[in-house]
Amino acid sequence: MKPAIEIRDVEKRFGALRALAGVSLAIGEGEFFGLLGPNGAGKTTLISIVAGLTRASAGTVAVMGADVIAEYGRARRMLGVVPQELVFDPFFTVRETLRFQSGYYGIRGNDAWIDEVMHHLDLTAKADANMRALSGGMKRRVLVAQALVHKPPVIVLDEPTAGVDVELRQGLWQFVRRLNRDGHTVVLTTHYLEEAEALCGRIAMLKGGRIVALDSTRNLLDSFSGLLLRLGLESGELPEALAGRVLEREGARVTLRLDNHAELEGVLAGLRQGGVVINEFDLQPPDLEEVFLRLMERP
Amino acid sequence: MASFATLFYKELLRFWRVGIQTVGAPVLTALLYLLVFSHALEGRVTVYEGVAYTAFLAPGLVMMSVLQNAFANSSSSLIQSKVTGNLVFVLLAPITYAQFFLAYVLASVMRGLVVGLGVLLVTSGFVELRVQDPLWAFAFALLGSALLGALGLIAGIVAEKFDQIAAFQNFIILPLTFLSGVFYSIHSLPALWQTLSHANPFFYMIDGFRYGFFGVSDVNPAVSLAVVGLSFLVLSAGTLLLLRSGYKLRG
Repeated sequence: MKPAIEIRDVEKRFGALRALAGVSLAIGEGEFFGLLGPNGAGKTTLISIVAGLTRASAGTVAVMGADVIAEYGRARRMLGVVPQELVFDPFFTVRETLRFQSGYYGIRGNDAWIDEVMHHLDLTAKADANMRALSGGMKRRVLVAQALVHKPPVIVLDEPTAGVDVELRQGLWQFVRRLNRDGHTVVLTTHYLEEAEALCGRIAMLKGGRIVALDSTRNLLDSFSGLLLRLGLESGELPEALAGRVLEREGARVTLRLDNHAELEGVLAGLRQGGVVINEFDLQPPDLEEVFLRLMERP
Repeated sequence: MASFATLFYKELLRFWRVGIQTVGAPVLTALLYLLVFSHALEGRVTVYEGVAYTAFLAPGLVMMSVLQNAFANSSSSLIQSKVTGNLVFVLLAPITYAQFFLAYVLASVMRGLVVGLGVLLVTSGFVELRVQDPLWAFAFALLGSALLGALGLIAGIVAEKFDQIAAFQNFIILPLTFLSGVFYSIHSLPALWQTLSHANPFFYMIDGFRYGFFGVSDVNPAVSLAVVGLSFLVLSAGTLLLLRSGYKLRG
């Protein structure tokens, strides 16, 4: 796996505050990678260091093999960043904004690609509208377009769907998924864990400036999360042996927690022996939210 | 090269789009100064032999406008981009700090020269100006606006809020320009203030610029040009060091 982004022992201090306490991470070419963590975990700081917007107090970062400090020109050409804040330059139109952004990367005569990007992001109708006149969702699309004008192999999206309506979110993900299929490496931070679960092949969880979990989404789900078993009781009482598993009880409906699928058989046997008849059965797969909460609750 | 050209063009377009505010307003202000001061002082004050006060005043106002607007351009552009956050688009791009410096300073020079030309055109309707040596005048306008453009860049880098730029403008730029001999010759000042005026770099810019019009000045224009040129070099080196360090731009 050739790293698209290689982060080595990165630390960042703001005065007494240690925002990043030694982070090492390699993101392979072509990955769809998720960076998760609660507010203040250091996600945006880490992304800023990768993008050269902030300098690390210690450690190194390379994008497609180019050090972000020593070879910043090459590193920045390889990287497209969609910032978290909804920022824009109020003096210009959408097309001007995208032309300027191309120019900053040394690209002239980029209109064919700009048109294509605008088309994919449904911005064509707004091409000559002033940035000020756009809705929040439209501004967000322009931010995505700006990150793509120079066709970077690595794309970083920092909370791209915060405050964005469902329709745009779906459209955005479709687009980003296609970029990933076309070979782009995509790094995503998001608060929506179901998004990360659906999109990311691999996930790092940050907490207090450290990586507390780094694995494929599948493995994280398997190793950390339990299953939820919902039952409707027709008759009989839940055996004593199963009391420890009860998460929730509402009349005849109970929710039990299982650590894995193997435990299911024992639970069902226990119910049968206790003479319980059930009229409702639902086994919920593990979800990332559960993994996330368990990891973040650890001391 | 395209990176620099784009940033420079963007900066030009930025002030040109709001030309009423960035060019029209300072031209009007300068014209008001000219009308009010010439009405109050014409015939009562003679600075150079054979030069009417209004004629003396006009080049000073032109240069004052050049300097103030050059400063305003880089400082307000940068602080706006910082406060609104859109500076990130420039910071993300592979633009070298020297390109960044040149683009902002050259755009400031352009704004200064455009405003200066506007003031010159408007005042020439009220004063008969002879231009003895336009090259001297141009050299001072160019170097002076570049110096103030660099100073504006420093202010924009250091400041975190709009009112800090306003403070810089009101407590440093404005007093230094007003006390530089725009409205008077420093030879009319008491000895102490004459000496102090020589420590004010703005004095050399105004005095040298005026030499281009009348062929007369308080200080030898070559000396003034050297002072202004040296100040520009020192300030540019400082600005470049700030930009390279990433101070307040790349936390």
